[in-house]
Amino acid sequence: MKTKTRSKSAMSISDIIVQVLMMLAALIFLSPFYFLLVNSVKTLGDIMVNAADWPAQFHWSNYSNAWKMTRFPEALTNSLIITIISNLLIALFSAMAAYRLVRANTGLNRFIFMMFVSAMVIPFQSIMIPLLKVIGWLGVTNSMFGLILSYMGLGIPLSIFLFHGFVKSIPLEIEEAGTVDGASSYGVFGRIVLPMLKPMLVTVIILNCLWIWNDYLLPSLILQSPELRTIPLATFAFFGQYSKQWDIALPALVLGITPIIIFFLSLQRYIVEGVAAGSVKG
Amino acid sequence: MNNKRWAGLAQQTVYIGPALLFFAITIIIPFVMGMYYSFTDWNGVSGTVTWVGLDNFKRMFTNDDAFLTSFWFTTKFTIVGVILTNLVGFFLAYFLTKNIKMRNWLRTVFFMPNVIGGLLLGFIWQFIFIKGFATVGEATGIPFFQLPWLGDETTGFWGIIMVFVWQSSGYLMVIYIASITNVSKEVLEAAEIDGASRFQVLRSIIVPLIMPAVTVCLFLAISWSFKMFDLNLSLTKGGPYRSTESLAMNVYDEAFVKNRYGLGTAKSLVFFLVVAAITLVQVRLTKKREVEA
Repeated sequence: MKTKTRSKSAMSISDIIVQVLMMLAALIFLSPFYFLLVNSVKTLGDIMVNAADWPAQFHWSNYSNAWKMTRFPEALTNSLIITIISNLLIALFSAMAAYRLVRANTGLNRFIFMMFVSAMVIPFQSIMIPLLKVIGWLGVTNSMFGLILSYMGLGIPLSIFLFHGFVKSIPLEIEEAGTVDGASSYGVFGRIVLPMLKPMLVTVIILNCLWIWNDYLLPSLILQSPELRTIPLATFAFFGQYSKQWDIALPALVLGITPIIIFFLSLQRYIVEGVAAGSVKG
Repeated sequence: MNNKRWAGLAQQTVYIGPALLFFAITIIIPFVMGMYYSFTDWNGVSGTVTWVGLDNFKRMFTNDDAFLTSFWFTTKFTIVGVILTNLVGFFLAYFLTKNIKMRNWLRTVFFMPNVIGGLLLGFIWQFIFIKGFATVGEATGIPFFQLPWLGDETTGFWGIIMVFVWQSSGYLMVIYIASITNVSKEVLEAAEIDGASRFQVLRSIIVPLIMPAVTVCLFLAISWSFKMFDLNLSLTKGGPYRSTESLAMNVYDEAFVKNRYGLGTAKSLVFFLVVAAITLVQVRLTKKREVEA
């Protein structure tokens, strides 16, 4: 991802102008976070008087209030469980399907692959209404299981598409060597192919993590019990009640975005590369 | 031979079966059901579902102002949103591939809003628009900050656009950076030696060579903006008076607020057809312009 266009020569005047412009753009991009953070520790009165100033006093109690009132630990746990389980299952089943679809290139499998690819065009809103009915038939409404099951189906097409392109680039000889050593097809897949899929596995998991973690609409339709709420659901419910009480709402928002920001900052190199790799043209 | 066929069948089932099963449950079956319900008066509750032919479709296009308003809102939003996110994303990428310092740090900053979900972003910006802008407006007297942000149709529209650009352009930037970095150094140097200006290099060399990235970025931006829901919900809730209601929100409202599931699915079918048509046409058009280096 490092640029190759120019060497590390001294900066020309136009480079300096670009540098300044980019720093200004970065400040503009960061300014909402400034407003969010400084006001999250003010009293409501201070927020109303001047929202731009540095806090005169830091009211950390805002955070403990928000922590309790959003039932943050519960929401965080729910979000984690749903995101992690859905991700592992999507990645595993998509990798398996993509492997078979590439290696057994029959007419039927080409058709199945086409079906997965075409389904990527269907907007979620176009299937959400009947999907709820299907979830109802299966008796898994208002359960994490129902939600995870839906994520699996919805996430599989793109993931298969990404793995499919990658499996094609793995030389068959490597697998044949495994077969000669007496491993079964499943052994070859588990011990040889799956480890080789790692770069694409990272991309698939990152894309699905960002999507599932941040999704609001699907969980809002499937989960009704307050104790099942994910972070977006808890935030939405909280905002419905306390929308003008910024001294509780702002710390709640900071809490809500902290896990994903930490995830991003600690894995940013993989995330940026994953995004670039995940958008290879289809 | 028979054994081998059994093994093949078993493998087909083990490898593809699970993916196909979940795919069928959550996409194929609902999609087919949706097509059927589009022609009925299903209300989600009562057991009887009556076939009403094309009534739902006639109704949404002739007797449903909110639907037509949301259609028009979404179209405007998509056009403006796609152009702005791509321009901002491209120019951030273009400048970040120049000889400047702190490139990685800047890239991180521009990408960061994207990892936060639309719902939380919208709430954060609600505060910025209502309190932040007002404070800045009082302090500086700049009229732009003193507008009634999110309070009327125009500021609601541009407010959502602003947040959408802030959220999405970093993602497109990453794709553009990858593509610009791949433009060969020799070609650029040759152009410089031939005396091409920066603008000429940009227009005649870089842009044509990164057309594959343009195809992808337009595709992504169209699909995000046309399906926009979370930002809409958290920023304006479609108001005031449903003037900033997106198509996705209109479908949601029809089904889950008004309980007209039949009409809702009919709308969602139209929604699907429009999305499919636009993306197909766009990919065709931009693919034609892709060139080999």
